[in-house]
Amino acid sequence: MILSDHFIQQCQALVGVNSVIADQARLRVYECDALSAYRHLPALVVLPETVEQVQAVLRLCSTHQIPVVARGAGTGLAGGALPVERGIVLGLSKMNRILAIDPVNRTATLQPGVRNLAISEAAKAHGLYYAPDPSSQIACSIGGNIAENAGGVHCLKYGLTVHNVHQVKLVTIDGELLTLGGSGLDMPGYDLLALAIGSEGLLGIVVEVTVRLLPLQPQTQVLLAAFASVEQAGAAVAAIIADGLLPAGLELMDNAAIRATEAFVNAGYPINAAAILLCELDGMPEQVTADSARAESILQGNGAIEIRKASDDNQRKRFWAGRKAAFPAVGRIASDYYCMDGTIPRKHLAAVLKQITELADQYQLGVVNVFHAGDGNLHPLILYDANRPDDFAKAETMGGKILELCVAMGGTITGEHGVGTEKIGQMCVQFQAAELQQFHRLKHAFDPRGLLNPGKAIPTLHRCAELGHMHVHHGQLPHPELERF
Amino acid sequence: MREQDLSEDLQKQVQQAAATGTALRIVGSDSKAFYGGACQATTPLPMAGHRGIIDYEPSELVITARSGTSLNNITSLLAQHRQMLAFEPPGFGEYATLGGTLACGFSGSRRPFVGSARDFMLGCKIINGGGEVLNFGGRVMKNVAGFDVSRLMVGALGSLGVLLEVSLRVLPIPKSELTLAYTLSAGEAVTKMNALSVRPWPLSASAYDGEQLRVRLSGAQAAVQAAARQLGGDTDVQGECFWQDLREQRLTYFQQPGNLWRISVAPASASLSLSGDWFLDWGGALRWLKTEEPAEAIHAATAKVGGYAVCFRGNNKTDWIRLDPALMALQQKIRAAFDPLKLFNPGRLHR
Ligand SMILES: Cc1cc2nc3c(=O)[nH]c(=O)nc-3n(C[C@H](O)[C@H](O)[C@H](O)COP(=O)(O)OP(=O)(O)OC[C@H]3O[C@@H](n4cnc5c(N)ncnc54)[C@H](O)[C@@H]3O)c2cc1C
Repeated sequence: MILSDHFIQQCQALVGVNSVIADQARLRVYECDALSAYRHLPALVVLPETVEQVQAVLRLCSTHQIPVVARGAGTGLAGGALPVERGIVLGLSKMNRILAIDPVNRTATLQPGVRNLAISEAAKAHGLYYAPDPSSQIACSIGGNIAENAGGVHCLKYGLTVHNVHQVKLVTIDGELLTLGGSGLDMPGYDLLALAIGSEGLLGIVVEVTVRLLPLQPQTQVLLAAFASVEQAGAAVAAIIADGLLPAGLELMDNAAIRATEAFVNAGYPINAAAILLCELDGMPEQVTADSARAESILQGNGAIEIRKASDDNQRKRFWAGRKAAFPAVGRIASDYYCMDGTIPRKHLAAVLKQITELADQYQLGVVNVFHAGDGNLHPLILYDANRPDDFAKAETMGGKILELCVAMGGTITGEHGVGTEKIGQMCVQFQAAELQQFHRLKHAFDPRGLLNPGKAIPTLHRCAELGHMHVHHGQLPHPELERF
Repeated sequence: MREQDLSEDLQKQVQQAAATGTALRIVGSDSKAFYGGACQATTPLPMAGHRGIIDYEPSELVITARSGTSLNNITSLLAQHRQMLAFEPPGFGEYATLGGTLACGFSGSRRPFVGSARDFMLGCKIINGGGEVLNFGGRVMKNVAGFDVSRLMVGALGSLGVLLEVSLRVLPIPKSELTLAYTLSAGEAVTKMNALSVRPWPLSASAYDGEQLRVRLSGAQAAVQAAARQLGGDTDVQGECFWQDLREQRLTYFQQPGNLWRISVAPASASLSLSGDWFLDWGGALRWLKTEEPAEAIHAATAKVGGYAVCFRGNNKTDWIRLDPALMALQQKIRAAFDPLKLFNPGRLHR
């Protein structure tokens, strides 16, 4: 046992015996998130049910200097909830109640373990919904969404998590309960709400969230356009945006993705197309009519070989069915896949997709592209076989190259999945030493002993040096006088 | 004015200030000097010469510019491409700079419907209190690499660092806009604003001046016309001027002397029991109050409904904002993480 019996008993006293997991078999469940290539058995899992319990557990961990890794639903794709050496996993899954829906002020107040989709389901009776819709929405938790600043298919028009949250209650490592944001749309002083969103469990534990709800749109139309080349599809995306249209969603699938999903759900996609675009427009009927006419002519003008317009709700759902089933569909054609998440300026879409194909040839791995084209957020799925000894290492190297390519194109290594454990190395490419140190000083302001999710999201300079990403001059790191956290 | 990159000069000035322990007053065009606490620094760090658009491609929906660039320059360039800063920042004068705009973080009437200044912030280059030039965020729509330092800069009144460059998301200007007006009591106006917001109308502003509720519709012409028909009310042909005057605080309500409080609450909140003249914006979520009530009473009444009050203009420079002690302590630590010597704008936001 890595943690003392005494510590475990104290945890049990705080949350109850049934909410503390210490046996190997049940600990296994918590050894990884959805990036299952990275695993580590936690020393202990604690499952609080109240805010007070979260505060008490954090105080205890703080006193004993025990690292804490928060966990929502474990659907993260970057190893963010991966347990750490000698640390506990703080699972928020029992705190899963919707505390209030306020239809007049259009808000929902939630415990952190509430599933993303459950919010919209509960709001539906009032003609409202919660806009950010990650593809994992049936499973992922709002606490995890806050920690990752999750996006979804509709964030081109409706924004990311950060644009849709009014208030977060955060417990610091010292057990202090902070209210960030308020009942209104802003608060004076530093915008700690924005800072907490996307902080990957490094600054505090999210124990309550108030989100903004939007009215359901009366009409939605989806256009499906097929292209003979990926370049043309990429150009069509830029043309739509330049024309002043703001589609609710604008997704691109390449030929490999089209074939994989067609074989799986039979959505009726044109399987010979090099790429398809799905363009969703919503609003009042008059708006949708005007926008779809414009979108159609832009698609045509950019060389679409076929344009289909959903004639009813069923067909619209069918158009989306393929996109939504894309990940599991790829899961059927390859034994394993590795999902990347870089974002680039839209104008480089075609060039970057071409270079990804070249990398795939070079590493002799398959790659499937299905992604949020409107935002320039790529999700190349690298296909590999975990049973072949070097395959994952190859996929990882190739993935790293793709992310570095995104940075070189003026983009970023992660659009919505977060850095976690996975992209620690690429952080050294995206940021300079002084910037990483600024991140560490910020972390230090919240968590001076570095107990919350240590080793994730922000690499130490030594780590960057080890990975060969940081220039070490005469054996010295930049700014040796500064403390390393 | 000439485009020029003064980054190196500015960095040197900050480094020198750090070496000598001299506090700096960061100055855009001083248009918003009235806002916030009194700045105790006397040595100016002028930003207005550090100007110029660095990158703008309409199809990317992103603009990157130096912080001394005037807001007017930016909005007119965007307008040529039928795009806009959708958070409708007030200029409060002809010369307002991009840096000052974001350091204050003010947003106009479109805010509840499209987002605030910080929502449109994508990335920035800053000088921190150690005199280091740092880049955060980027020029792409989605970016979750590292902590969101760019958004933290918005509203920080320069107290965390000098903004050198800023990348903002922009949006298309709606094809058509129309303002409807209704004569209502204050209570009726709040009810109506919220009833409208629950339904999917193409709203882009709603404000109540004490007599009339004005509602702005935006979108394709056919949609705006259809919504106007269904909603009834009078068309305000002066609507566009009204929204501009509201943004720039040129309406009579804002011209009179006295303390002006800015109160942020849930949009459907019942009226607060504070005496004075009210003006409602943001569909009821932003409430201006002209009053002689003491700061204590205003902060207490607002906190009771989970909101916040800020003395926007007036003689109250000591109790102009109020935060709970734990939050205040944390904010001080964050400040120290960026500017340990308290060089930038001491007294403006935090001591
Ligand atoms: C099939 C599939 C599709 C996906 N599609 C998308 C997509 O479209 N868009 C998108 O953005 N993501 C997507 N994801 C990624 C993932 O679902 C999101 O990152 C989600 O926000 C994670 O939520 P979770 O509850 O599962 O968090 P977890 O995986 O449990 O944790 C994620 C991170 O958040 C921290 N955390 C969790 N809860 C808390 C809390 N209460 N307080 C503080 N920190 C906390 C953890 O420590 C960890 O660092 C997808 C994942 C899968 C498997």
